[in-house]
Amino acid sequence: MSGSTAPAGPLQGALRLLDYWATVYRRTWRGSIVSSFVTPLLYVLAMGVLLGGFVEADAETLEGATSYLAFVVPGMVAATSMTTVVGEVTYPVMAMVKWNKTYYSMTATPLSVPDVVLAHLGFVAFRVAVTAAVFLAVTAPFGVYASLPGVLAAFVAQVLIGMAFAAPLYAFSAGLRDESAFSIVFRLGMIPMFLFSGAFFPVSNLDAPLEALAVATPLWHGVDLTRMLVLGLPDWSMVLVHVAYLAVLVVLGWWWAVRRLTRRMVL
Amino acid sequence: MTPITGAVATGLILQRNFIAYRRAWWIFATGFLEPVFYLFSIGVGVGALISGFEVGGREIPYAEFVAPGMLAASAMNGAVLDSTFNFFFKLKYSKLFDQMLATPLTTTDIARGELAWSLLRGGVYSLGFLLVMLAMGLVSSWWAVLVVPAALLIGLAFGGVAMALTTWMRSWQDFELVTLTTLPMFLFSATFFPVTTYPGVLRWVVEATPLYRGVVLCRELTTGAVSWDSAFSVVYLVAMGVAGLLVARRRLDSLLLT
Repeated sequence: MSGSTAPAGPLQGALRLLDYWATVYRRTWRGSIVSSFVTPLLYVLAMGVLLGGFVEADAETLEGATSYLAFVVPGMVAATSMTTVVGEVTYPVMAMVKWNKTYYSMTATPLSVPDVVLAHLGFVAFRVAVTAAVFLAVTAPFGVYASLPGVLAAFVAQVLIGMAFAAPLYAFSAGLRDESAFSIVFRLGMIPMFLFSGAFFPVSNLDAPLEALAVATPLWHGVDLTRMLVLGLPDWSMVLVHVAYLAVLVVLGWWWAVRRLTRRMVL
Repeated sequence: MTPITGAVATGLILQRNFIAYRRAWWIFATGFLEPVFYLFSIGVGVGALISGFEVGGREIPYAEFVAPGMLAASAMNGAVLDSTFNFFFKLKYSKLFDQMLATPLTTTDIARGELAWSLLRGGVYSLGFLLVMLAMGLVSSWWAVLVVPAALLIGLAFGGVAMALTTWMRSWQDFELVTLTTLPMFLFSATFFPVTTYPGVLRWVVEATPLYRGVVLCRELTTGAVSWDSAFSVVYLVAMGVAGLLVARRRLDSLLLT
């Protein structure tokens, strides 16, 4: 088939945007150091080390963790995966669609909407992978990780957790007309999840209805998965449940993202 | 020649902000929730794992310890947010201040009016938070009625200085520095645990930060452990706020009028 420049599929199309995202990352990586790295590390120091010194640690009340530090570090790892992607798929997506209209330039070439979505989400996956790798490496000296395979599995889990948030929220942002809804996403979605989904204290400390609500959030699944993996206490049936839940979010999010962005830009 | 008085000018700017926010009232309303969420999560959830701390010679439950810290920290965060992001946007992007100066308003009016709006907003949040504390039984002294003015003072101090510093900012990238300053204060200024946790010099450093002064002031008021130290905190915060405002006015003069 000579003459056609159309990519054979979304993966091939997305790869053609590699240079675009590489350029973006070269220009912006410094700005992400504070939000995706310094912030969670300060939380680990303040909450885990200093406040944790006042917590009467008991594996029974701390879901198997033998110190509050060991409890809170995996919680912060998973919560950071969430906050990293939320920052990447809210305002930046709106900028691509509405403000600087970069997506329109991309789709004016032989690239299609699925190519563009895959490339953007691929970049987000890369961002969360870098953040998680650095964060896991830097928190290793705190001595709370049980084994290297556990930490490596937790690293893979972080990419899954990140994408479980990124894909649906990307879809939401892609169809949004006005950025003020993002304040609601942050204040009524991200912050309550950060605070109540088991990162800082066991959700069993909540009242029964609130505990049920917390357990239903994707972040709880992410926190519990990460904690079991890094502390070396995996309950394999629960691991399966967490992975399945997060994977379903990724798939549904992807489907919704392509549909919503196509409607916004093409139809 | 001053065609309108300072009070009228401040009133006009307040009215302008009120109208601008009326369509996005839920942004205003949800801002109140953040410190309450932190109180329930850290104070109650994490507090269940901690026996409590000694303040003013008596042991108080952890939630009662952390609540005034949250109040002070949210007064700081609210004021800083208003006088950095929002102020920068109005200064550089929407050119709102240039438009205001085309009217009889002066740069002093702008600095004072914007700060007044930020304080009004902060005051509403503080009052709401105090009511939540009362409902949860976390207030043990009548001095607590002064905690709203104390929060306003924290707002004045941080708002004034942040507004002055914002006039030097070049782009949104510089706002990383705002987070780099306020976040460590939020986490380490005896908000979540007593200052006695720190050894030697480190403790002095913490005690010298403005948020620490605000946190202990609020804690002294809600627990009734008021002393001369409280007066020192008040003087510290007033001086900081006034200095910030004076610098902000001079900078606005040189940025907008020359």
